[in-house]
Amino acid sequence: MPKSDSLQGSLDLLVLNILSRRPRLHGYAIMSAIKDWSGDVLRAEEGSLYPALHRMEEAGWIHAEWIMKDTGRRARTYELTAAGKKQLAVEESRWQTVTSAVNRVLRTV
Amino acid sequence: MSMWSRIANVFRGDGVSREIDEELQSHLAEAIGEGRDPAEARRAFGSVLRNREESRDVRLIAWLDSLRADAVFGWRQLMKKKATSAAAVLSLALAIGACTSAFRLIDALLLRPLPVAQAERLYTVAFESPSWDGTNATYDSCSYPMFLRMRATLKEQAELVAISMYNGLIDLTYGSDQDMEKANPQYVSGWMFDTFGLRPAIGRLLTKDDDLRPGAHPYAVLSYDYWTRRFGRDPKAVGRTFRMGDDLYQIVGVAGESFTGTETGWVTDIFIPMAMKNPRTLASLNNFWLRTLAQLKPGVSPEPIRERLRATFRAIQEERVKGFPGQSKRDRDRMFQERLLFEPAAAGRSNMQREYRQALAILGLLVGLVLLIACANVANLMAANAAARAREMALRVSIGAGRGRLVQLVLVESAWLAFLAAAIGALFAWWSAPFIVGMTNPPAYPARLVLPADWRVLGFGLALASVVTLLFGLIPALGASAVKPVAALRGGEDPHSRRRLMHALIAVQVAFCFVVHFTAGLLVSSFDRLASQPVGFSAERILNLEAVTQRPQPPVFWDQVADHLRTVPGVEKVALIGWPLLSGESAVGNISINGAPPTDVFSDFVSVSPGWADVMRIPFIDGRDFHPADANPNVAIVNEAFTKQYFGGENPIGKSFERVDPASGRARILVVGFVRDARSRDRMRLPIRPTAYIPFQSTDGKGALQPKARGTFVVRTASANPLALASTLRKEVPRARSGFRVSNIRTQTELNQSATVRERLLAVLALFFAVVAQLLAGIGLYGVLDYGVLQRRREIGIRMAIGAQASDIARRVTTEIFSWVLAGALLGLVLGMTSARYLAALLFQVKPTDAAMLGLPAITIVAAALVAAVPAVIHEVRIDPVSMLRAD
Repeated sequence: MPKSDSLQGSLDLLVLNILSRRPRLHGYAIMSAIKDWSGDVLRAEEGSLYPALHRMEEAGWIHAEWIMKDTGRRARTYELTAAGKKQLAVEESRWQTVTSAVNRVLRTV
Repeated sequence: MSMWSRIANVFRGDGVSREIDEELQSHLAEAIGEGRDPAEARRAFGSVLRNREESRDVRLIAWLDSLRADAVFGWRQLMKKKATSAAAVLSLALAIGACTSAFRLIDALLLRPLPVAQAERLYTVAFESPSWDGTNATYDSCSYPMFLRMRATLKEQAELVAISMYNGLIDLTYGSDQDMEKANPQYVSGWMFDTFGLRPAIGRLLTKDDDLRPGAHPYAVLSYDYWTRRFGRDPKAVGRTFRMGDDLYQIVGVAGESFTGTETGWVTDIFIPMAMKNPRTLASLNNFWLRTLAQLKPGVSPEPIRERLRATFRAIQEERVKGFPGQSKRDRDRMFQERLLFEPAAAGRSNMQREYRQALAILGLLVGLVLLIACANVANLMAANAAARAREMALRVSIGAGRGRLVQLVLVESAWLAFLAAAIGALFAWWSAPFIVGMTNPPAYPARLVLPADWRVLGFGLALASVVTLLFGLIPALGASAVKPVAALRGGEDPHSRRRLMHALIAVQVAFCFVVHFTAGLLVSSFDRLASQPVGFSAERILNLEAVTQRPQPPVFWDQVADHLRTVPGVEKVALIGWPLLSGESAVGNISINGAPPTDVFSDFVSVSPGWADVMRIPFIDGRDFHPADANPNVAIVNEAFTKQYFGGENPIGKSFERVDPASGRARILVVGFVRDARSRDRMRLPIRPTAYIPFQSTDGKGALQPKARGTFVVRTASANPLALASTLRKEVPRARSGFRVSNIRTQTELNQSATVRERLLAVLALFFAVVAQLLAGIGLYGVLDYGVLQRRREIGIRMAIGAQASDIARRVTTEIFSWVLAGALLGLVLGMTSARYLAALLFQVKPTDAAMLGLPAITIVAAALVAAVPAVIHEVRIDPVSMLRAD
């Protein structure tokens, strides 16, 4: 299992991407989505997911809303804002740059 | 979310924490709902507290949050010791308020730029002339022809504006003569408003076209302030007319609100073009009645301008000298020794500035010292607090608080004190600054200093509060942060280091206190000597009715009015004088004895009616009073100074002298009376001048009596309060003879007091601050002594247990601090002696080196120190060794 550190660079990208496809998810659902969609390879730790969510909320990329669940508990759900969509594009292109650069390094013998 | 929401979150910190917790709980519930092991899920989360902290720091501003927490904690600390906190806040408030108030005055009078375009390029022309006693006297008036010459000289480099100097309130009327009222008009160059870039509130302003031909432009512009006071901002005021002197003026507009004139300290009511001043005055080269302001064009520097003006001034002086053929060589030399000055005048220029500049500086210094004394007190209080809280600080350090946080903690508490004090001080300053301005003026001359409370004052207040916070808070804060947990938790570090600091602060307090006392002593005794200078006449129950007539009236009518006033019940005696004594007006003349060239020393000429000396209770030494038939210029009554100056002290009766007037030549005058010296001028610092009293009525060259348009009825009333008769007499004057009108009523006592109004103000304020300084220093000393005893009670207990005498112990505790008090007093002595030089101009017959001036503050301070020591000593000898030692 990768350490949470290794995810840190890409955690924002993953969360933004997930929220762009599935709006209004709460923290646990986002964590499950990362786990499921990566085929159990990637895993976001609770300890870093929530600070990251709050940080992105501060930055205005995502917007939080309390909803009432069937269980009677309140849950905080997140969705992408317009700024968040732009940020997603930025993160994606940055990721492309990094991965292609890493690949180039690996291919160089 | 934005910066704003993060700031807002600081103040709903608990709510934020709760939301974060709830979100995490909902996450756990979800996980457990999916079948995860509750314990495992919780463990996966790690420390809930840490999670919350991390998310919290994201959602709010961490430093602001810690500041908020410290502020809440600091407030609780202050509330814990309400009495001490209140004392600290109040003493600081008084000091900060006094400082702010002094700043408001200094700023309004001396610093604040006029609200005109490019105030920083405004300069004023002044002249420095050597005076009799070797010092230099500065004046800033000149004549209109001089102004025009200077303006022509600088046509390319600067625009010059002439503005008449404040010369008392003037009578004018919007209706009939019965409705005369007073206003402060000012003659200004027509182009002044354009030069200053000013806009009208309504109507139009004066322009250069309103200042072309003498007497041809009867237009007036009101100041906004006058428009508000007199017309309630009625736009219909524009177009109205008023009569002033013989001219009818039309109001053409109102100036913008911010511009109140250039004579800081007076608010101009009405602006009138220069050209409307009477043509004789305008043409006279020697009638000095206006101020010159120069606005430099961009890129012009003042030095070359000064040189050019000096050349022009020299040419003017050469021309003026030609107009005084009988002038002595010494007088002529003196005229050429006069030097033109060209000084920045961004804040405008007024006599009030000249008169109060130094007084305000001293006032500022005194309040500054009081503030420092108050700061030292609070610093000592904070230091004692910090000592008591050493364990708490040590605990905070042990559980990981950074030094920075501790400094912040203590500083925030200091800031509470300072800003609370500043808030209360602001109220004090809001009240006291106008109060002090009110004290500077006798009711007849309402000085009106505009005292805005704007960002300058606010900024000063905030800066002062911050500086004060650092002054008394920084050392205790650093002390607290430097706490060594091990030492503190073990039960104390070096207890003497803190006490040494406190003692040093006491010494500083005593030194400052000494300076304040010393200064106050000098100012109070100067005022005392000045106010008790003999005036030579009795001001008691004297009322001066300054009267004017529409057309000049023959002397016999003036006598008729005086006769009528004598019949009014409550009136004891009535006489006539040209203008009241000590009112600031004077007429001088050169004296020639036996046809010799005129002497260098001028004599005052005061015109009075028969019986005047009796009304004023000025005793005759020899000779007689005027007869009703006597008229100027035939006879005179002279005083002792006159006799000493011109007749070598011999009895002057039967002798004669000549009054030399550059314009009308010589007039031979016979001395018929010889009276004791009496003061006619308001310069109380100068000796009584040679004075010749001449008859109120005068004849022209052909021997015909001349009519007079103004004079003053001097009334001695029967009742102790002469003002009780004022309104009756005001009505009786026109009733006695139509065409006569009372323009102003002043008691002689009021006039006498106004001659020393600045000295009185300084003395009262200095005394007040001396008392405050003494009180603060005493409280400070008491606090430190008591703290010392408290801190050393164990040691004292042991000493007593092994047989030390109470007196021994008292000596032990007080000796050290008293040596500091003495050191402080010595330091104060040195400071006081060195600073006294700057006071010299305000002192009168008092020398800073007088034993009494130095001894009195020393004795007061030592006495106060002894009083302050009493409670501590009592406290100490009452220590019961048994209970003291058992307590530990």
